[in-house]
Amino acid sequence: MAVGITITDLHKSFGANHVLRGVDLSVEQGESLVVIGGSGSGKSVLIKHIIGLLKPDRGSIEVNGQEVTTMAERELKELRKKFGMLFQAAALFDSLTVGENVAFPLVEHTRARRSEIAERVRETLTLVGLPDTEHLYPAELSGGMKKRVGLARALAMEPEVILYDEPTTGLDPIMADAINDLIVEMRERLAITSIAITHDMVSAYKIGHRLAMLYQGEIIFTGTPQECKNTDDPMVRQFITGSSVGPITSV
Amino acid sequence: MTPPPETAVKRRPLLARPVEGLGRLLTNFLSEFGAHLLLLFRTLRSCCWPPFRIRLTLRQMEIFGFNSIPVVLITGGFTGAVLALQTFTSFKRFNAETMIGGVIAVTLLRELGPVLTGLIVAGRAGSAMAAEIGTMNVTEQIDALNVLATDPVNYLVVPRFLAGTVMMPMLSTLFSAIGMVGSYVISVSVLGTNPVTYMRQMWWFIEGEDIYTGLIKACVFGVIISIVGSYQGFITQGGAEGVGRSTTRAVVLASTFILIFNYILTALLL
Repeated sequence: MAVGITITDLHKSFGANHVLRGVDLSVEQGESLVVIGGSGSGKSVLIKHIIGLLKPDRGSIEVNGQEVTTMAERELKELRKKFGMLFQAAALFDSLTVGENVAFPLVEHTRARRSEIAERVRETLTLVGLPDTEHLYPAELSGGMKKRVGLARALAMEPEVILYDEPTTGLDPIMADAINDLIVEMRERLAITSIAITHDMVSAYKIGHRLAMLYQGEIIFTGTPQECKNTDDPMVRQFITGSSVGPITSV
Repeated sequence: MTPPPETAVKRRPLLARPVEGLGRLLTNFLSEFGAHLLLLFRTLRSCCWPPFRIRLTLRQMEIFGFNSIPVVLITGGFTGAVLALQTFTSFKRFNAETMIGGVIAVTLLRELGPVLTGLIVAGRAGSAMAAEIGTMNVTEQIDALNVLATDPVNYLVVPRFLAGTVMMPMLSTLFSAIGMVGSYVISVSVLGTNPVTYMRQMWWFIEGEDIYTGLIKACVFGVIISIVGSYQGFITQGGAEGVGRSTTRAVVLASTFILIFNYILTALLL
């Protein structure tokens, strides 16, 4: 069963910096939502709240009707088993090989035999297009390969929700497109609910069923990629066309 | 109307600033110390619950203990040798040269063994812990552990804590033993002490208490090094520079705690 997520009136400050100022957002089961917004607009902070890595000052996040913000550590642990997350720089454990990285959640949370785990690791690595790389260390991989291994690790436990933190940032356009294809494939094939944050519009149009724009700590726009392209909202227009002239000023 | 802040500052009594600074220093120290204690409690609790990570613990024991052996041997040997020279010249003034074996052994077992080993290992292993966990923190690997529903305290701190607590007494014993060898060699071969008298004096002098107080100290220092190293790793922020800062802080704080606790433990155990 896939998972739906509802965020209501989420606030978060770091010292004097009021990052999230009342975010309202919902994702339906099996939907792929892309949150766009400039650097420092609080996208990463938002995504870290969904999985309980950060506690909000105010507001609520419900995953499948369960409130995340007040969960105890043990409940959070159970919830997180349903989630996969691809980090911006992949966050692979650099003391472990690629194979051990992908196997990590399986070794931690399942009682599967070693041969079964090896089989699952091989399948997952093949799925992301990196077969026979189990023995390599993260330091030996390129940025794109790391992201794929990160994706393989996120997929190993067959999650119901995947969170992508800037999946294409720092990759060349071809590699970025390969990652986009992979995300679309996951979306179609496994019907996973997903939330991606990005400022790469090519990627956003390609992987999102729906786009939401975060600006100054609030969601100022939601709509399909088509609606996004046709919108009159000057701020959204400025962002999607990538212009330095407009209501959004770069500080 | 409230006065502008400049006048408010000017009107404060003369001693306000230093007292305020001292107070801030004290509260900072206490809150820092409390945060370390919290991590220690979480670690102790996590030690008692599965998963028990035997392989990781053995690996940490190797890093913490086995890899520290060369530096402990060198420092221990030379410390013993220097003690022999110093003690011999001072004791000669009242014709007590024969006592040096015993005095040096007790000094090493009770004080220098645990304290110097603690300081050396804080520099070696404590800094490495802070750097490793700190790097994991700034590269989001700690977040990744959390997202993969694995408790970072259980996965990272518990093995280091166990390794520190078990290996420190061993290293300290090794330090004292090699120190005694060093002092024996110098006393007998350079200073011309009678080897039989040296050994007899030494065995006569040492008591069980000397050995176990040293071991207790070493154990506590092992806890300090591993907890401070891990904690500084966890609070690391801001890339490579941050990691460097945490590493330094880990060594400075661990060394400070070791010296403070050495006094407290000595007072309690005497």
